[in-house]
Amino acid sequence: MKNLEQNNTVLKEYEKKPGMKRREFLIRAGKAGLCVAAASSLGYYFYDPHGPAAFSQKENIITLPDFSLPDKRPVMAIVHGTGDRNKSLGMAIKALGGMEVFIKKGDRVLLKVNAAFASPPSLSATTHPDLVSETIRLCYAAGASSVSVTDNPINDPATCFTLSGIDKAALSQGARVILPRESLFQPTTVSGAKLIRSWPLLYGPFDGITKLIGMAPIKDHHRSGASMTMKNWYGLLGGRRNIFHQDVHGVIEELAMMVSPTLVILDGTWTMMTNGPTGGSLSDLKQTNTMIVSTDQVAADAYGATLLGKSPENLPHILKAEAQGVGTADFNSINPIRINAG
Amino acid sequence: MKITTARQISQIFFVILFLWFCVTTTLGDKWWQLRGWPVNWIIQLDPLVGIGTLLATRALYAGLLWGLITVVSTIVLGRFFCGWVCPFGAIHQFMGFCGKYKKPLKDKISINRYSPWQSLKYFFLFIFLAAAFIDLSGILAPGNPLVTGSLQIGLLDPIPLLYRSVNLALLPLFDGSVVHLSASFRFYDGAWVIGVVFIAAMTLNFLRPRFYCRYICPLGALFGILSRFAIFRIGKNKPECSNCDFCEKNCEGACSPTSRIRVNECVLCMNCVKDCRHEMMSYRKYPSEAGERVSPDMTRRGLVLTLASGALLPPMFRLSGTTSLNRHASLVRPPGSIIEHEFLKRCIKCGQCMRICPTNVIHPAGFEAGFEALWTPSLNFRIGTSGCQHNCIACGNICPTAAIRPITLDERLGTGSYENQGPIRIGMAFVDHGRCLPWAMDLPCIVCQENCPVSPKAIFTREIYQSVREHNDIKIRMLEKNVVETTNKNMEPDRFATGDYFLKFIDMPDLSLSLITGNTENKIEFTGTDSLDKALYYDGRAEILILLQQPYIDPEKCIGCGICQHECPVKGKRAIRITAENESRNPEHSFLLSR
Repeated sequence: MKNLEQNNTVLKEYEKKPGMKRREFLIRAGKAGLCVAAASSLGYYFYDPHGPAAFSQKENIITLPDFSLPDKRPVMAIVHGTGDRNKSLGMAIKALGGMEVFIKKGDRVLLKVNAAFASPPSLSATTHPDLVSETIRLCYAAGASSVSVTDNPINDPATCFTLSGIDKAALSQGARVILPRESLFQPTTVSGAKLIRSWPLLYGPFDGITKLIGMAPIKDHHRSGASMTMKNWYGLLGGRRNIFHQDVHGVIEELAMMVSPTLVILDGTWTMMTNGPTGGSLSDLKQTNTMIVSTDQVAADAYGATLLGKSPENLPHILKAEAQGVGTADFNSINPIRINAG
Repeated sequence: MKITTARQISQIFFVILFLWFCVTTTLGDKWWQLRGWPVNWIIQLDPLVGIGTLLATRALYAGLLWGLITVVSTIVLGRFFCGWVCPFGAIHQFMGFCGKYKKPLKDKISINRYSPWQSLKYFFLFIFLAAAFIDLSGILAPGNPLVTGSLQIGLLDPIPLLYRSVNLALLPLFDGSVVHLSASFRFYDGAWVIGVVFIAAMTLNFLRPRFYCRYICPLGALFGILSRFAIFRIGKNKPECSNCDFCEKNCEGACSPTSRIRVNECVLCMNCVKDCRHEMMSYRKYPSEAGERVSPDMTRRGLVLTLASGALLPPMFRLSGTTSLNRHASLVRPPGSIIEHEFLKRCIKCGQCMRICPTNVIHPAGFEAGFEALWTPSLNFRIGTSGCQHNCIACGNICPTAAIRPITLDERLGTGSYENQGPIRIGMAFVDHGRCLPWAMDLPCIVCQENCPVSPKAIFTREIYQSVREHNDIKIRMLEKNVVETTNKNMEPDRFATGDYFLKFIDMPDLSLSLITGNTENKIEFTGTDSLDKALYYDGRAEILILLQQPYIDPEKCIGCGICQHECPVKGKRAIRITAENESRNPEHSFLLSR
């Protein structure tokens, strides 16, 4: 209103000085001209004769780096005879030369656990918290500068990490737990893959990571026959990943091609024999007291299959991954170190 | 010729042009049907459509550049569009004229007085513009899918509103009175609401002439702002006059020409110029000698508050998850529609796609897909003359904002240079086994499969023989060549002569099924088999089977055209129905591994 009053005063001025009228007109015409010029240039600048494309193609495709050791010679240790995971893991790592072989001073380590379900550790549907905390401890002892733990679970992520005990175990050893968030995913395409193409990958946790350890329990799986270290990488995918169940062996093959870990730890202390991969009852489990540590995920899974009473021949994804050159299903060929703890 | 007569001619011209465009927006080969008429021209002239989509998408789509001409002219001339061009304004003006006809001068002057409520339209304008423009996702909440813009201007923008009202609510009512605009009568789901809004807008003119223009119209508000520096404007030639108020009796804009005229409210109807008996009013270069006001009654604080509220609207709409996790499965968009969150930045709810659609399958959505999607195009396969026709691309080529892209037939069908991409899928059919005749009731049908336009068909069948409930254990009294006589006389004559029924001899499992060619209440004729010629057969048992073809969908081939749903004989709730699964506009909606 104050503004308007001022306008009015100005107008009264015009009446006194006729020349002001002309001046007012020229100023106004100048402003109108500026507006016309501005509108026209904006219209011209944003003019789009074609309309939108069918799909936006502004995708920044990333690929996971190779985390395997420069020395590509596969190694494997199998410890039998103890239900104490700290002990069996320690013995297996020691047999392979100690954690220092895999983790160097200053390494930033990521543990990909299986936290798929909101289920307590006793049911063995998820990576056991004791195994998580001991692995973190060994990494730090070997000189790691940081250790993070991640997974993109099927059930609510926060609940999964809490109920499985992984959250507490990781924090108690000074590791960081990274829960999946929309912004942590980026599309990836696996070279030579049919399925994993422009597919969201949980890439955020890999930022600055130099070493990757996969940690999975051995479980029955009604669709893929078994869920072990290779199937565990499924938890790095986002989006509507369950459509890949239409070709589950194909996607596990591609997951194995996608990820080259430093190490995999396959926990067969308790094996889920039935009702997998969720289990849900102690009667689904069998105490098999085995811990497998390897740099070859195919070999580890091939050995793990034997605990399920299966062989690679029953599990096409193992043969497919082997055919892709990811590793060997003939685990004896890499001379696994077998230790009996009992 | 008086200037007001020129204005009337212009208004009548644009109303007739608009109505002609509505009528001619009909596919067909008659002279009055679509022949390259620029039927979107009035929409394109509406700069709010251009500015709204520009703010939301950062692009000004093709024909919307016409709006620039309106903008430039308004900057120079003032709100000529409202008084001279806008067909909605012209209709209001006429209704207002009817409302005040033969009323005393005093009343006419009083209903044309300026009201502070006229600022309301500026609030609408800024709310909608802020809602379209706001896309803070990168700044405030990275990756938060809630924070995004949404174009809702079409709700109140007069041109889309008029197109929508005439196309969807009025034309269908008058269809067939003079000329049949469509082969069959048109239906539009929920269009009654659109009609009621239109009637309300009309009726309010009896309260105040040009009620909508003065209080609600966001386009008028935009012009009000653009006319601030107008080179030409209405004004008084002398500061003082007899104050007879005659100039206000027909003032369309309620802009107070007697005193300090409100330039931003003046619609250039020129009635004051005509009505002043002392020739005190003119359209001129200089401001009114009685002074003028150029800004709306809107404080800076009010503006900021309005913009902030508008900016919060789309994120709040998105709280329902209607564009993401909670999308409505039966929201099937026309072929060529872009991905939903981009679609909502372009669609102005004008209803042109619904008008042009030759099969009347495109309908204004209700609230099921969220408030944002109100009156946007959604396919309803129950209504109309067919599903979404395979060889039709009309909707995308009429859409004035490319919310539905102007696709080619090749792109739609996945032929020519689109061979690798495959056809455009708008959804996918699902068979409801509980309602489907061959699946649930042992009745042969497969009308859906017959009508599937895809080649090879997206609906395939598997054959099964189902035993006929009442005749699954027939005692045979006598068997002659090609005729069985049964012990019971309980068959409906000729029931099994349809060619779908077969006879099975229970005691001779190796014998192939025999096609039944006719029956009486105790005899069944069938096409014989050689082995039966010799073996006469007494006291055996037989059963009657019906051959059923049960439909299945091939998800790789189904494009979701819904012709199957439209044709399904189970009319109330179809036994085969389309949902937006696998629609190609959003790769996230696909459950197929390939593509």
